[in-house]
Amino acid sequence: MKFMRLIWVNLLRNKRRTVLTALSVTVALFLFATLRSVVTALDAVSEVGSETRLITRSATGITFALPQSYFERLRAQEGVRSVSWANWFGGVYIDASNFFAQFAVDQESYLAMYPEMAIPEDQKQAFFRERTAALVGSGLMERFGWSLGQNITLQGTIFPGDWEFSIRAVYVPEDPSFGDQMFFFHYDNLYEGVNGNIMPGWYVVQLEDPAAAPTVINQIDRMFENSSNPTKTETERAFNAGFVTMWGNIGFLVRAIGTAVFFAILLVAANTMMMAGRERIGENAVLKVLGFQDGLLFRLVLVESVLITVLGGALGVFGSKLLFGPNNFVNAFIPGFEVEWSTVLLGLAMAVTLGVVSGIVPAWQAMRLPVIQALRRVA
Amino acid sequence: MPLVEIKDLAKVFYRDSQRIPVFDGVNLEMEQGEFLSLMGPSGSGKSTLLHLLAGLDKPTAGRIVVGGADVTGMKRRQLAAWRAHHIGFVFQFYNLLPVLNAYQNVELPLLLTELTGRERREHVMTALGVVGLSDRAEHYPRQLSGGQEQRVGIARAIVSDPTILLADEPTGDLDAKSADEILTLLQRLNEEFNKTILMVTHDAHAAERAHAVMHLDKGVLSR
Ligand SMILES: Nc1ncnc2c1ncn2[C@@H]1O[C@H](COP(=O)(O)OP(=O)(O)OP(=O)(O)O)[C@@H](O)[C@H]1O
Ligand SMILES: [Mg+2]
Repeated sequence: MKFMRLIWVNLLRNKRRTVLTALSVTVALFLFATLRSVVTALDAVSEVGSETRLITRSATGITFALPQSYFERLRAQEGVRSVSWANWFGGVYIDASNFFAQFAVDQESYLAMYPEMAIPEDQKQAFFRERTAALVGSGLMERFGWSLGQNITLQGTIFPGDWEFSIRAVYVPEDPSFGDQMFFFHYDNLYEGVNGNIMPGWYVVQLEDPAAAPTVINQIDRMFENSSNPTKTETERAFNAGFVTMWGNIGFLVRAIGTAVFFAILLVAANTMMMAGRERIGENAVLKVLGFQDGLLFRLVLVESVLITVLGGALGVFGSKLLFGPNNFVNAFIPGFEVEWSTVLLGLAMAVTLGVVSGIVPAWQAMRLPVIQALRRVA
Repeated sequence: MPLVEIKDLAKVFYRDSQRIPVFDGVNLEMEQGEFLSLMGPSGSGKSTLLHLLAGLDKPTAGRIVVGGADVTGMKRRQLAAWRAHHIGFVFQFYNLLPVLNAYQNVELPLLLTELTGRERREHVMTALGVVGLSDRAEHYPRQLSGGQEQRVGIARAIVSDPTILLADEPTGDLDAKSADEILTLLQRLNEEFNKTILMVTHDAHAAERAHAVMHLDKGVLSR
């Protein structure tokens, strides 16, 4: 397009202003792409978790354990197919910044309940056989460059001491939102390490029929209602969603802040274009004298405005994509968090919108500019 | 048939509810290849007349016909296209775009044509050659003297080979020597290239360079 040079020199006329405006769009769209992906990932997480599994935990709070005896009593319930349990370990690998989730589980009953984890049969058997064996998510393996058979040490925080594990099995999740950064080991190992001074953190209850969930939940919680350890039971999905609801408020906040930032940037970009428009009243009048059509001036201003926001915006969304591509460092906290191409496209579309909206008024003014009055100022 | 025909032209400006009549019943004919200068006191409506002739504003009454085309009857869109073809405008303060160099400034009117980049280049270099600035093509307005800037302005006005050249005090901002060069250039354009020129000026000596001098005073145009 032969007018491109004219647009370009106009763009670079006030380099600092143009660059600052473009960079503010960069920041806004980086935030947009990242936050949108966080919210999407959190939404996906709240959908994970089966409706056929229940989580039974202490009614007192998530950090309170339940007696071992509950295992048999849960298993005896009508509508219950099988029961397993797990504990949060909370160890540190070398440095606290290397966060990932670790669970002590009753290995055989647990894995039987979680077909979402695909594990080669020989590895699974190796994991079952050895007391200090660990089962590790494929993403976590990649993150730390671990290999099968490697020994690793975790420093206990809840359970003091150095804990040695041998990686015997690797799982690949069927769905990324299940998470590929978890670490499992034998509950027995933990039990012996603390000399039996521990109880299950929560129970997982497999239902015969998901439709019976409300009835079974009721039965279980009623059974323990008047014991010294009352329970709170919900479906696994509801349990996960509960975590996300905590996040959900953050999600709302994030959206609110994102929207506010977006409008702030809109004002910045609009202000830049208005200033640019005012500075060029005389020049635009001259262009009209030369025979430039009103519509052409309109488009020139609009393209310039869109160019600023799209160049800035592209930097933001592609930056976000680059930083949060597949298997990024945030996946330990938010499984499945990734900036998708659809988000990149949406971000670019927003950048275009931003450019059009911020350029429309000055473009309109350039179009409607009364040549005679404007010329009087310069001629 | 004359190239330019102005008949019973009237212009009244309205500011708020105030009526500002500029002139009424102005008549003028210009032949192809004619070079006229227009004098008159400040505020007499010289610029207004040029603006009307260029189709930048609408008259209150009367008709303007240029090369057989009725300018007063055209719509905004048509006027812009017509202007690009038929009008070359030279301003007192040159009005070059500061972000474009001489070459690019002269090229501007050609961007509105179907010419290829190569053809545009030929036209631009020819126009710059005519005004004697072939070696300044890459210079930006701030790197040129006033006289040189005005010559670029004239190159821009003639590059698309318009029917008529309108110059509103083209020497008004120049020293005597530069002004003389510009007037000589306009004379040459008229004599060598047979350009039709209407030049507004306050300087009687400058006005003398034209074939005839017109006076506009108190709404009356006289030869
Ligand atoms: N847009 C406008 N609105 C109101 N009045 C106007 C407008 N444009 C011009 N005028 C008035 O019309 C009259 C003629 O103005 P014009 O600029 O044509 O004069 P001029 O002969 O070119 O003067 P000068 O020699 O100072 O350039 C002046 O009184 C001016 O104030
Ligand atoms: Mg004037």
